[in-house]
Amino acid sequence: MDSAVRFRNVCLRYGKVVALDGIDLEIRSGEFFGILGPSGSGKTSCLRLIAGFDRPSDGMIELHGRSAAAVPPYDRDVNTVFQDYALFPHMTIEQNVGFGLMVKGVKREERRRRVGEMLEMVRLEGLGGRRPSQLSGGQRQRVALARALVNRPSVLLLDEPLGALDLKLRQQMQVELRALQRTLEITFIFVTHDQGEALSMSDRLAVFNRGRIEQVGTPREIYEQPATRFSAEFVGDSNIVERRDSDTPSHERGVFSLRPEKVHLSTRESATGGRAISVVGEVADVQFHGASVRYVVSLSDGSSMTAVAGNLGSRADLPAVEPGTRVWLNWSCDDLHRLRESESH
Amino acid sequence: MTTALRVPPTQGFGRRISTALLLRPKLLLALLLLPPLLWLGVIYLGSMLALLIQSFFSIDEFSGMIQRSLTLRTYGELLRPAHLDIILRTAAMAAAVTLASAVLAFPIAYYMARYASGRAKTVFYLAVMLPLWSSYLVRVYAWKLILAKEGIVTWIAAELGVENWLEALLSIPVIGGAALSVSYIGTFTVFVYIWLPFMILPIQAALERVPQSMIEASADLGAPPHRTFRNVILPLAFPGVVAGSIFTFSLTLGDYIIPQIIGSSRLFLGQVVYIQQGTAGNIPLAAAFCVVPIVVMSIYLSAAKRLGAFDAL
Repeated sequence: MDSAVRFRNVCLRYGKVVALDGIDLEIRSGEFFGILGPSGSGKTSCLRLIAGFDRPSDGMIELHGRSAAAVPPYDRDVNTVFQDYALFPHMTIEQNVGFGLMVKGVKREERRRRVGEMLEMVRLEGLGGRRPSQLSGGQRQRVALARALVNRPSVLLLDEPLGALDLKLRQQMQVELRALQRTLEITFIFVTHDQGEALSMSDRLAVFNRGRIEQVGTPREIYEQPATRFSAEFVGDSNIVERRDSDTPSHERGVFSLRPEKVHLSTRESATGGRAISVVGEVADVQFHGASVRYVVSLSDGSSMTAVAGNLGSRADLPAVEPGTRVWLNWSCDDLHRLRESESH
Repeated sequence: MTTALRVPPTQGFGRRISTALLLRPKLLLALLLLPPLLWLGVIYLGSMLALLIQSFFSIDEFSGMIQRSLTLRTYGELLRPAHLDIILRTAAMAAAVTLASAVLAFPIAYYMARYASGRAKTVFYLAVMLPLWSSYLVRVYAWKLILAKEGIVTWIAAELGVENWLEALLSIPVIGGAALSVSYIGTFTVFVYIWLPFMILPIQAALERVPQSMIEASADLGAPPHRTFRNVILPLAFPGVVAGSIFTFSLTLGDYIIPQIIGSSRLFLGQVVYIQQGTAGNIPLAAAFCVVPIVVMSIYLSAAKRLGAFDAL
């Protein structure tokens, strides 16, 4: 598979602020690539560099194997769906969607046909004559998508496009975006700070932290084998287990991540030995999440651990666990995943 | 456990008034709006109405007395060739001044809105506003000296050895003259100088409201800078340009001091109004002349609206 976008040791500085610090990244043609990180981690800066709004202070960006250094944004085969949608308020929906074709000199009839097709695809047929201010948030989002896709770019950049939508609409758009990407076979690069969104939508994703990449991989790789403490804690929940005592074998010392759903909670002491480990503690908090229940347990050494149990079975089967209950937490050493410490800055 | 909702006792006169008004929002609104509405209604609109009525009176040419019966005779006088000349001259000057102000103001406003930050912005604001704080008359007289035959412009032209350019400029028929200070070119220059801030500020305000992402979106969709300017920035800033042009156009239409101090002796609208109501005592004709800018502005605004100038608002 050839690469659509490649970052080679890219740095971006605004004055003294370092937005990106030595990014090496390859995004393959036709994949749905997620860029995940907290705000200020450099996600949007990455998109701006690919779109050409900013230039790297150091390093190089390649689009389809060719350096993009001398290519201005309007000559790049890349289109963006902006976070605030950036629809032109003085134009109708049709004119907004047709803008890219108009500036490229596409004839009026063909323009009309392609804009019509695109509006149909995002299910906005019949609204072409309206202004952006007359549409709802979800509809504007679709217009922004149509306006970008009508140009048939090889790469589509999406900057937190679902951030302004409510939960239901958001979930619906997630499914639609995935379906759209599969039909069109365009490379989608999707920026989000929502780890659930990144996991469920991406073919592969990169976890960003303070201008650096913590980890790149498939959602499953990142969840099951977080490389760093940051990845483990930012993507899903994690118990961080440190094993430094001299009685543990040296190859099992270090810092590990343990997912809460791998920790089993019991009100009775259970057998240990082999790979099985059990610790005793006192429940500090019980959080009911509907599909699952999350228990925060204080251990005797003052630390705390989290266990998540699926809301299975009938109500009567649930053990009477409430804050103050003495419980045993059991897990297998096989579920521990060794972490590399994040590089210090 | 029950807790009674504790209602604090109403204390003090001011507090009681506040509560009473808060519970009667319409009364509060009326009280707040009354003074400005009185001002607007009586002083502004009332005087305009008085002016309109006066323009339908006429003057008895024999006795010089105002005849208070409604007639269109005074408006008929406006159509005399000499008066029509004045109206057209003033409208043409106002249009030229507006156009030049817009062309000069746009780049300055653009820089202020999109590039200048912090200190530079303050400096620019001051530079634009500062002239407005000093006396209008002083500035106009200063320009008279600058543009005079023995003034600094002539001197600089001589130092640079381009006196013949200046002479060529002044020898243009109609707009030229014996010196810049007694030509239409001079009048035009000073008008543009005086009204420029009124064009810069609204354009700058309009440009500030254009989000950066909109300009980036245009480039992203394949528009090179000149297309972005024409198709995105200019239409979005256009309401600001129109707002500015309302100022420059109407201010030029009504001004009577600049053309009196700088320019040829041919009259402008404002001067005629001044002469008719002051020296000649022909208040109906002065009033009729005053109606002209109002009509011109109405035509101008409806044309602007039809062109879609306010679509982006």
